[in-house]
Amino acid sequence: MLKYLIEKEFKQFFRNSFLPRLIIVFPIMIMLVMPWVATLDIRGVNVTVADSDRSTLSSRLIEKINASEYFSVRRVTLSYADALEDVDDGLSDLVLDIPSGYADSLGRGKSCKILVAVNAVNGTKGYLGGNYMAGILSGTGAGVDVSVLNMYNPTLNYRQFMIPAFLAVLIMMLCGFLPALNIVSEKEKGTIEQINVTPVGKFQFIFAKLIPYWLIGFVVLAICFLLGWLVYGYLPAGSFIVILAGTFVFILGISSIGLIISNYSQSMQQSMLVMFFFILIFNLMSGLFTPVRSMPGWAQTIAACIPPKYFIEILRGVYQRGCGFSDLGIQFAALTIFAVFFGLSAVLTYRKRA
Amino acid sequence: MGENAIEVRNLTKRFGDFTAVDHISFTVGKGEIFGFLGANGAGKSTAMKILCGLSLPTEGEGTVAGYDILKETESIKKSIGYMSQRFSLYDDLTVAENIRLYAGIYGVSDKEISPRTDKVLANLDFTAEKNTMVGSLPLGWKQKLAFSVAVFHHPKIVFLDEPTGGVDPVTRRQFWEMIYKTADKGITVFVTTHYMDEAEYCDRVSIMVDGRIEALGSPSALKSGFGANNMDDVFQKLARKAERG
Amino acid sequence: MGSRVTFVKKEFFHILRDKRTMLILIIMPIVEIILFGFAISVEIQGINIAVVTSDMGETVRKIEEKIDANPYFKIAGTFYSQDEALKMMRVGKIDMILRFPSGLDRKILSSNHERKSVLSASPVRIIVDASNPNTAVTEQMYLKNVLMSCFSGEGAVAAYGITSGISFETSAVTPEETVRGTSAVASSGTASGMIGGTPAGTSGVASIGHEGNVVPDIRLMYNPGMQSSYNFVPGIMGMIMIIICAMMTSVSIVREKENGTMEVLLVSPVKPLTVIISKMIPYFVISSINLAVILLLAKFVLAVPLSGSLFWTCAISMVYIILSLALGMLISTLVKTQAAAMLSSAMLLLLPVIMLSGMIFPIESEPHFFQWISMTVPARWYISAMRKLMVEGQQLSAVLPELGILSGMAVLLISVALFNLKSRLE
Repeated sequence: MLKYLIEKEFKQFFRNSFLPRLIIVFPIMIMLVMPWVATLDIRGVNVTVADSDRSTLSSRLIEKINASEYFSVRRVTLSYADALEDVDDGLSDLVLDIPSGYADSLGRGKSCKILVAVNAVNGTKGYLGGNYMAGILSGTGAGVDVSVLNMYNPTLNYRQFMIPAFLAVLIMMLCGFLPALNIVSEKEKGTIEQINVTPVGKFQFIFAKLIPYWLIGFVVLAICFLLGWLVYGYLPAGSFIVILAGTFVFILGISSIGLIISNYSQSMQQSMLVMFFFILIFNLMSGLFTPVRSMPGWAQTIAACIPPKYFIEILRGVYQRGCGFSDLGIQFAALTIFAVFFGLSAVLTYRKRA
Repeated sequence: MGENAIEVRNLTKRFGDFTAVDHISFTVGKGEIFGFLGANGAGKSTAMKILCGLSLPTEGEGTVAGYDILKETESIKKSIGYMSQRFSLYDDLTVAENIRLYAGIYGVSDKEISPRTDKVLANLDFTAEKNTMVGSLPLGWKQKLAFSVAVFHHPKIVFLDEPTGGVDPVTRRQFWEMIYKTADKGITVFVTTHYMDEAEYCDRVSIMVDGRIEALGSPSALKSGFGANNMDDVFQKLARKAERG
Repeated sequence: MGSRVTFVKKEFFHILRDKRTMLILIIMPIVEIILFGFAISVEIQGINIAVVTSDMGETVRKIEEKIDANPYFKIAGTFYSQDEALKMMRVGKIDMILRFPSGLDRKILSSNHERKSVLSASPVRIIVDASNPNTAVTEQMYLKNVLMSCFSGEGAVAAYGITSGISFETSAVTPEETVRGTSAVASSGTASGMIGGTPAGTSGVASIGHEGNVVPDIRLMYNPGMQSSYNFVPGIMGMIMIIICAMMTSVSIVREKENGTMEVLLVSPVKPLTVIISKMIPYFVISSINLAVILLLAKFVLAVPLSGSLFWTCAISMVYIILSLALGMLISTLVKTQAAAMLSSAMLLLLPVIMLSGMIFPIESEPHFFQWISMTVPARWYISAMRKLMVEGQQLSAVLPELGILSGMAVLLISVALFNLKSRLE
């Protein structure tokens, strides 16, 4: 019985004018575009310097800032007020106020405060720009004998951090949105009624619905993996088997969530709105873009309850740190629990009777 | 259950404070063509859904093909065929694929499916359309196909919910021929309709008004009982009592 | 005109009857704006550090105490072997390792006499999990600052600084500085404390000024508390509104087609523009309610100043709503099925909107080519306008370009949708 149901799902999928193209083109587009865009490296932060000191030392400092890859000095003004205008006009992101007596203080071995005013409206840029600037300024006095070793990503390439994440996002979206539409579309078309009067088992019906998503997920995984390798020259440090295993368990969970929503919805629009609600939460709270540990405690609790968090941890772990199964025990355990829980819920919430 | 294909007593279905089906009781004998008549909204489809195991009754009890409608809905489903009022086969599968899917679901063996499909299609004069997408068929053909799918696995009872709605007179005629052939094979036919001329083709009919069965018997018995010339008159007399429409 | 009114009425009833969808449409944005407003943050907190030392001396213990007292760090454990700590890092339990050379106490004592750098011979090593390069850079800077404050704050270690020419002063933030720099900060220890590496007012400042050193004093303009909600609220608004609006209208025409009711439209004398407008009006009303709720939440729950003109904030938002609804209509005229419509509006739009609008990733850091692409993303202009109005409190003149672009885009989208619908109807 299962065979016929699975056959039907595949035929329907491949006959659709939109879906097969979607699962090929969408991942390619995202993988070609997004890794270039996703960078939190702050470069080209515009700086206006208010130099009241006008000394050799202050010029040297300005040069040093301009030489850094993060900053470009737009202009040097005489007063702080002038410099602030640049920020107001959006020409500059940051103002550096070197007080008069800067060189003098330093020469006499005193500390000198330099005011850094950051436009923090663009949170990321303001926050990081201020940090970098503080680093450079502090570095002016530094002869620090602290050596730093950047583990797992010595070149500090942000793309290496985001590529596994995009892989996770694509699988999450395609294997989440598509099932959310599936059962409810049978409801809208009326075909579910004919199925419901047959002796087909709930479990078999749901299982037949899930199988194609596994395949779709692995196709997406393959596309992303290949593009990551061919375009960005990036291969996982760890075993691909771990990624496959993680993907296998994750798809069961995420597709089941889609089917559960589909089971409860009355229309495709409803189903998509609700799934979108969850996908958005998954996207923004799973540590994909911003670290989970930066969130307030309650938000971290929510994050701990969402499957993609663990999947992203697995992918990043394998890609970046070369983790194996033993390193990712918690993540696999969590994903398995989610998969079983949501899988069973999908079966139980599918109601053959009105 | 003994001799009867369907037996129900005091079947009731309420949605909130609306009683869609109000304490109906009847029996349908094996091999009978039973017409289930009523105006739109009289509760026909709701009652039929209960019999097919798509919905649970609020009150009452009964059996279909010998199985309890409260506890054995999945067993009932194995013994029946169903054709919905709204066409509900897959538009994006071909004629043969739809048949194959449902045959497979009902457990018809793999070997048997293909020859039986060819035979059914030949009977329908459908052989040329075997690999046509169902979505592109005209309505009358879709309905015939839906009926064939409903009886493909030789169920004990087949439920037809307004099978001839919206089809032309010629197709309707062909349709009833198919129903007779099916009944000849010993399959009980439970059919809803609001075409009164079709009621005449049934062995027995029931007429539902406002969720209750107001008349039950053979067409001739009903006609004489109500002093009417045809079933349409019978229906008109009963329908006038209806409060909801 | 009469037919238009009936038509709008019909659409309204159609939507109002579907109570569950209405409920979802109203509640969803509220939950998300609150959730993300509080949760999304690029600040780095809760950094777990493992300390590796072969002999636990007085100095190391003091430094550990100091690190642990810092709100941004947590000592996750002290290890004798680096390998053990690295294992912890591999499974993601710790973010940084701080390794001290052995015999630190003794070296410091002797170096005090010799006035030589203690650490140059056997340096302190920071090993940071750089999987996420962004946090890695910031984390190590924090840690260096804390370390330097330790070394300069303790007499014994101070000598180290002197010998290395100019001492590294970690800008341990003095109360005075808080006043000067970020006077608007109500809660100390957020902005300046974070950047300085030690909470405001802690000691370690005593030793300032062995030799000329530079003290960065960071002032965060417009958003002094560096509350993330400030920054992300315009971004979240821009993202949620465009997608939800597009999802609402994207099914409108294609659903009529799927249900076969499109034919009724085809034979009726209704003009295509009437069809589009009457389908947009009910959703416009719902979206405006959403907008009002979101603005109230932004003001009273997330404490966004909303210092610019409220009228223009609403006006630009409404232009944006119309634009987004028109985008949905356009999708609806392009696709064949409801499924394709929903997937296009929800899934295909989501990532470009998140990535190319400047919501999280600064547009200036993107390659030029993608900066140009981002110009076609309406959310980019809306978010920029809302940042200026809601957070910076700028005047209308500052957002005129955005208003112009958004209006232009809205007109363009409606025109294209209209053209598509016309060619389909005729």
